[in-house]
Amino acid sequence: MTAVLAKTRTPDAPPVERGEASWRKRDRWWGLVFVSPQLIGMCGFVLLPFAVGLVLAFAQWDGLTQLTWVGFANFQAELADPVFLRSIINTLVLALITVPVGLALSLLIAVALDKLRGRTGYLLLYFAPVMTSSIAISLVWQQILRADGPLNQAFSKVFGIPGPDWLGDPHFVLAAVSIVTIWSSLGLNVIIFLAGLQGINPHVLEAARVDGAGAFRTMMAIRLPLLSPVVFFSTVVAVISSFQTFDVVFVLTKNGGPDNSARTIVYQIYDEGFRHFQFGMASAASIILLVLTLVVTAVQLGLQRRFVHYES
Amino acid sequence: MGRRNRTEGSIKLSGLALHLLLAVGGFLMVAPFLWMMLTSFKSLPQILSNPLGLLPNPWNFSNYADAWNAAPFGLAYWNSIYICVLTVAGTIVTASMAAYAFARIEFKGSKFLFVLFLATQMVPQQVTIVPLYMIFSKLGWVDTHLALIIPAVLCNPFAVFLVRQFIRSLPVELEEAARLDGAGRWRILFSIVMPNIKPGLAALSIVVALGAWNNFFLPLIVLNSENQFTVPLLLSQFTGQYGGINYSVIMAASAISIVPMLIAFLIGNRRILNSMAMSGMGGS
Repeated sequence: MTAVLAKTRTPDAPPVERGEASWRKRDRWWGLVFVSPQLIGMCGFVLLPFAVGLVLAFAQWDGLTQLTWVGFANFQAELADPVFLRSIINTLVLALITVPVGLALSLLIAVALDKLRGRTGYLLLYFAPVMTSSIAISLVWQQILRADGPLNQAFSKVFGIPGPDWLGDPHFVLAAVSIVTIWSSLGLNVIIFLAGLQGINPHVLEAARVDGAGAFRTMMAIRLPLLSPVVFFSTVVAVISSFQTFDVVFVLTKNGGPDNSARTIVYQIYDEGFRHFQFGMASAASIILLVLTLVVTAVQLGLQRRFVHYES
Repeated sequence: MGRRNRTEGSIKLSGLALHLLLAVGGFLMVAPFLWMMLTSFKSLPQILSNPLGLLPNPWNFSNYADAWNAAPFGLAYWNSIYICVLTVAGTIVTASMAAYAFARIEFKGSKFLFVLFLATQMVPQQVTIVPLYMIFSKLGWVDTHLALIIPAVLCNPFAVFLVRQFIRSLPVELEEAARLDGAGRWRILFSIVMPNIKPGLAALSIVVALGAWNNFFLPLIVLNSENQFTVPLLLSQFTGQYGGINYSVIMAASAISIVPMLIAFLIGNRRILNSMAMSGMGGS
């Protein structure tokens, strides 16, 4: 009886629905299969090392001898170490110089290029440094910034006084690192801002023009507010990447600059972990860097509401 | 009428001033490259005797031969190229798979996993580098390219996020037609979805390639033998050998590593600029 019923009912049921059920059943499995390569990578190369790092930060270990637990001693030692404190200050100063100056310059250039004919030519010039390895461009800048290098020769010709010893004078090394950093990342933000400006709905700009708004007013009241989400996103990214400054310092300065004047937190991690094999100390420094990154990003997200305009 | 002419004239003038400013800025951006090229053709005596001279006199090509012979640049190029190619190809496949799952497949824990992916993006590699090195040494990956390729291929949350944006912009109907024809998820992804987001995947490839090519921190930590070095790493060790004394040979070495990238940029500039803009804005 049931068999007969089932037989008669089957043709009536839409075939898709039955397929749908088994499709959904298989989906549960497919989802995990598809995610698994990246999931394995995330577990093995981010979460696991992250957890190990958290543990190592409370230990003393050189990778060879017995590991000993030291509690918060690594953090206390790091935070009492004037060299590490210097590296924190240097990292913050670099971010405070390169992020605002770099983004403001990029924004100005993007606004200038927005309505300009023949902007592709300029874009090529501004973007070229982004394409090249930070090591190669740091080598070039190392020569340009020499005390008797071309920059100072131009400097003394124009101002009549000798230029500073950019890489030898502790007061100028961070400025030198900032110049190279801004120069090499400018183009990336220019094209991001430019793409944002070009993406603004032309009807909105037309409406503003009809209402009698001039170019300056349109810029301040419409284009910049509409661009603010892009600027905000770029700021967050720029701060995070500036906190990771290493390559330029590594090549431009010998051992972090005179008196550690250009040593950054990542340089400290490299120095302690891979030159002196103090894995515990390096892990403690890593965690301080992460906390710093998270706090600053959280503050930025908090400020977002006040300064960023999102189209509803 | 007269007033109108004047405003048009002033617009033209300000346009000219704008071009002038941008040109000066553009010159400053490429000046270091020009200086590198000019210096790379000078002889050491010429640099020392005439530091202000701009043009090489005579043009000296031996610096390039010296640089090329002093370090295995050919091998480093081969290493960089194949690491780059494998990283890009692998990332495209794994990121598309994960992105497709997050965009289209309902499975348990997908929301949680996606948030976790986004969160791990916040952890910079420098923070995990010490334990990461230990993991590499346990796996026997120290001083091999596996340490550069495998983690890059298997862990790129940003790529997953970006491809997910591309897939979400496709109409679902596209896949449903294939489904009714009996195609499974695997075939839908590789023969329907991925071909339809080719421009996006091309853009992602460029971004991933650039990152792999210019990566320095990880190669510096994991590679020890010179024959394993990538181009940036070889270049950074090169100065150690020359002690920063022979500027023109160092500039020739820098040019050897920079010029091919600049030529690639000139050839593919439109595509590269669009890719960087798109990824910089998070795929919108």
